[in-house]
Parts: sequence; structure tokens; C-alpha cells
Amino acid sequence: MSSVMYERMRVNPKFQKLVHERGRFAWTLATIVLVLFYGFFMLVAFNPSLLGQKIAEGSMWPIGYTIELCLFVFFWLTTVVYVRRANGEFDDLTADLIKEAQKEKL
Amino acid sequence: MDASGAKQATNWHAIIMFLIFVAMTMGITYWAAGRTKSTADFYTAGGGITGFQNGLAIAGDYMSAATLLGLTAMTYTSGYDGYIYMLAFFAGWPIILFLMAERLRNLGRFTFADITSYRLDQGKVRTMAAISSLVVVVFYLIAQMVGAGQLIKLLFGLDYNIAIFVVGILMMVYVTLGGMVATTWVQIIKACMLLFGGTLTLLLAYWQFGFSLTTLLEKVEAVHKLGPKLMAPGSLLADPITAISLGLGLMFGTAGLPHILMRFFTVGNAKEARKSVLYASGFVGFFFNVIFLMGLCAVLIVGQNPEFFEGGVVGGKIIGGGNMVAMHLAKAVGGNMLLGFLAAVAFATILAVVSGLALAGASAISHDIYARVIRKGSATEKEEIRVSRFATIGLGMLAIVLGILFEKMNIAFMVGLAFGVAAAANFPVLILSMYWKGLTTRGALWGGYGGVISAVLFVLFSKSVWVDVLGNKAALFPYTQPALFAMPIAFIFAYIFSKSDTGPRSKLEKEAFEDQYVRAQTGFGASGASH
Repeated sequence: MSSVMYERMRVNPKFQKLVHERGRFAWTLATIVLVLFYGFFMLVAFNPSLLGQKIAEGSMWPIGYTIELCLFVFFWLTTVVYVRRANGEFDDLTADLIKEAQKEKL
Repeated sequence: MDASGAKQATNWHAIIMFLIFVAMTMGITYWAAGRTKSTADFYTAGGGITGFQNGLAIAGDYMSAATLLGLTAMTYTSGYDGYIYMLAFFAGWPIILFLMAERLRNLGRFTFADITSYRLDQGKVRTMAAISSLVVVVFYLIAQMVGAGQLIKLLFGLDYNIAIFVVGILMMVYVTLGGMVATTWVQIIKACMLLFGGTLTLLLAYWQFGFSLTTLLEKVEAVHKLGPKLMAPGSLLADPITAISLGLGLMFGTAGLPHILMRFFTVGNAKEARKSVLYASGFVGFFFNVIFLMGLCAVLIVGQNPEFFEGGVVGGKIIGGGNMVAMHLAKAVGGNMLLGFLAAVAFATILAVVSGLALAGASAISHDIYARVIRKGSATEKEEIRVSRFATIGLGMLAIVLGILFEKMNIAFMVGLAFGVAAAANFPVLILSMYWKGLTTRGALWGGYGGVISAVLFVLFSKSVWVDVLGNKAALFPYTQPALFAMPIAFIFAYIFSKSDTGPRSKLEKEAFEDQYVRAQTGFGASGASH
């Protein structure tokens, strides 16, 4: 019965650890992305002229373009960071968890 | 995309390259048909797609012709505003990865209604999810079909109605015969062509400015009528509410599009699902940056060349309308060969997106409504696939008819509506069903229907429909973007009607969350790859 398996996994401290750590990691990254994204949209909405200025005297790079280019790169890097940890550390923990629950059956 | 452009002379380079694409994809469909036996093969390619392949396919499914042509055109005319749109289209992906990808894969099998109805009333919740899926699919399908017809008329010199039939029939062939295997490969091939064609065009164009953004911007600001304002946020996002509502709609709409959600079920496990998003967002993000620079290069290379203006007047009307900017740029830097290639890519792009949509719509009809609601799980796989094929043909014919009826419809508005409904109807119930133990059948139904109906009404009463289409004097709803208003309605309804639900059934539903939660977290018991 799979609900017996689910019960065994739920009481395993490793499950709590997995849920807690992965959840915190995911929500931290999500919060960073959301804050930066909506922060940027607030700038677009309330201070558009600032984004049109150049980053420095004599430079052609506008502030808005520079920030957004950085956001593109940074957002993608957050996905790299998450996938590395989730597919490594967290998936190993999940595999352990399932193995232990299955062993109990014997 | 405006329909104003006249029919072009028949473009043989484009037609030959497109025929090569069709021949290739037909070969794949023939091969895929032999491998499509079970429902799992048909809906999800047996779960045997790798993360990298799926990442390309998602990119292919997500970047429509409106992306390539519409956003290049937007950059060409409004500069930086186009780039802001692109970030909004992009930023949903990390959020999907962090909060949804692994749970989608661990809980779902064929459709996202599998997840929303996991512990709730199968019949009612599936019907609701299937209806809102179909609403999104049909709006998006109309937008793509109308875009296809106009584009093909311009690029290939074919008649509008013939173009609509060609797209509709090819789509029916891919999907009914080859199911998800063929659809996936059409999307993968198309994504590669799009990335290659776009990047090559940009490299050839950017080379003229020594690959220097400084040189490019200096020249662009000197000639563009907006001058230095070109690189500042402009009129498109004039008021803060519209800007924020747009940001919400594009970000969470992506996370509620049925054809995108369905792609998460084509990989074997959560690991591959995460990799899919990693690759997909890499390709999408890269390509948006390519498109933005293409738009800027076009200001100089296309915008200063009388060859591309009607009557040879620089600054007048662009031949074929604004959406042809990317095509003119290809012609200017790479001649007829590159123009033909990019035209073929645009056609292939529409086919790939339309196929994905048709499959998502067909699965809502055959898997959710027919197999689960009407037959209550007693249908054989053979019967279910047969219904799917009929549903695909039905949707294909509907798409052809609507495509012809809505020839003059504003496409951007239809796409906005599809995203708005997806964000307000599909996303809230889906995310609550995965994260909130307290969600009950009653709450899900109120939230889901509340979201669809309010999103559709907000759009109906907004300026784009109430005034521009229906010809009334003033809009009843002052904003064109519904997400900021319709999403809270969906969430609040789902919350209130779940909280006040104290029936015996709701207690069982809340208890069932515990097992669902363990499965969502660990993937234990999730449907695996069938081969």
C-alpha cells in the first residue's frame, strides 16, 4: 500500500529535513527573483526617466538596459543554482528516504 | 500584426525551405506514429523525453511567431519598451522552476487537471479545469491562426484562407498521427532553426557596427525619431497599474498555459523536469536578447533604407507592415537565402505552437472530460486515444473556421486575453491545490470559475473590446490588463469558499493532502517513464 509508504516517509526525520531545507531554498530564490522583478517594474512605473539615463558621463550604456541585462543573466543563474542543489543534494536525500521506507517493509 | 500589408510576390526560397521542413517533420511523424500506441505515448511521449530535449521543446512551444516578429517590431518602434516586455515574458521561468516544476512532475500524469483534481471531486474539478484549459487554448489558437494567415500571405504570397487551411491540416496530421512524440520533435527542430536563424541574422547585422553596443546606440539615437528617449521606458507602459498588471499577467500566465504545463509530463522524473526549465530559460533568455539587438540594428539597416518603404520614402510606411521588420533585416544582411530561411522558420514556429495547443486542448477533452468525467475511468486506452484524435480534428477544424472569421482581429489582444485567463483561472487553483491543505472542491470550483469569468469580463469591458471592437463610447473597466484584478478574485474566492466548507467530504479532502504532499515532495508513486 503506498499510503503505508507515505506514512513511513512522513515520520522519517529526513523527510522533515528535505521539505524544510528545499522549501526554504526554493522560497528564498523565488523571493529574490520576485523582489528584483517587481522592484524593477516599480522603477518602470514610477521613475522611468532614471532608467533612460546613461550609467556614466560619456558612456552610451543606459541604466535601464544595463540593469535588465544583469537581471536576465542573474535570473538564469538562479535556475542553475537551484537545479544543481536540487538534483544533487536534495535528490540524494529523497533516494535515501524512499530506500529506508522500502527496507522497513521487509 | 496588422493585416494591412498587400500580398507579396511568391517567395520561392522560403517555399522550398519550408517544404524541406515539412518533409522532415512528416518523416518524423511517420516514425512517431509507429511508436504511439498507449495513451502515455500519445499525451506525453511515454515520459521518455530528456531534460535537454524538453528544454528545447519548451522554448519552441513558448517562443511564437509573435515573439520573433512582434517583439523585433516593438523594439524597432519603441526601443526599450520591447525589452521590458521580454523580461516579463522571461521572469516567470525561474518561479515555475522553484515553486512548480517538481510538484507538477511528481503529481501529474497527462494534464494539469490531474493535479487540481488529485484529492478533490474528480468530475466537477476536472470539468472546471478542462473548461478553463479549453478557453485558454481556443483564444491562443485563434491568435496563432490569424497571425499565421497574415504572415504567410506576406511571406509566401499565398492567399489568407489557403494559408489557414495549410496550417490547420498540417497540425491535424502531426498531432493525430504522431501525438506528443511528433509534436515534441516539431518543436525541437523549430527551436533549433529559430535560434540559428535569429542568431545568424543578428551576427551579420551587428558586424556592421563592429559588435559594439556603444557604436550601435550612438547611431541609433542619432537617427531614431525618439532620440535618446528610445532607451527609456515610454508610452507602452504609461500608467503604473497597467505596467504591474502586465508583469503579473505575463509571469503567472506562463505558469498557467496548458500546453506549457503539459510539457512537464513528457520527462521521466523531477530531475529531468528541473533540467528542462534550466535549458528552456537559457534558450528563451538568450533569444530575447538577440531579438532586442536585432530590433536596434533594424533601426539603422532597415529604417534608413528606402528599399523597405512603400514608395521608397524613408520614414514612411514599411512594406508589409511593422511586423516585417525582422524579415527585411534578414534580407538586408543575408539576401534572399536568409530571408527565405527566416520566413520558413516563422511558418514552422506557428505550426509547432499550434500543434502543442491542439494536443493540450485534445487531452482536456479526451483525458479529462471523456475518460474521467463521462466514462469515469472505464474507457480503454484505445477508446481514449480515438477520442483524442477526433478531438484534435475537431479543434483543427474549429481553428480553421475561427481563423477565417477573426481575420481582422487584433492578435496582441487575443494573446493578452489567453495569458490573462491562464493567470487568473488556471494558475491560482493549480498552485493552491499543490500548496494549501485547506483547498476543498467547493473552493476550487469557485476560485476556478471566478477566475475565468472575471478575467473574460474584465477584458470584455476594457477599451480593447468594449470600445475598439464593440464600438461603445467609453470603457466600463479602465485597464486593458486583467491579471492584477482577476487573480485576487480567484484566490479570495478559493480561500473563502474552502474555509466555509465544513461538509464531510471536505474533511476527507484535507486529510488526503498529507499523502499528496509526500508524493509531491519525493516523487514516490509518480507515473514513471514507460520506455
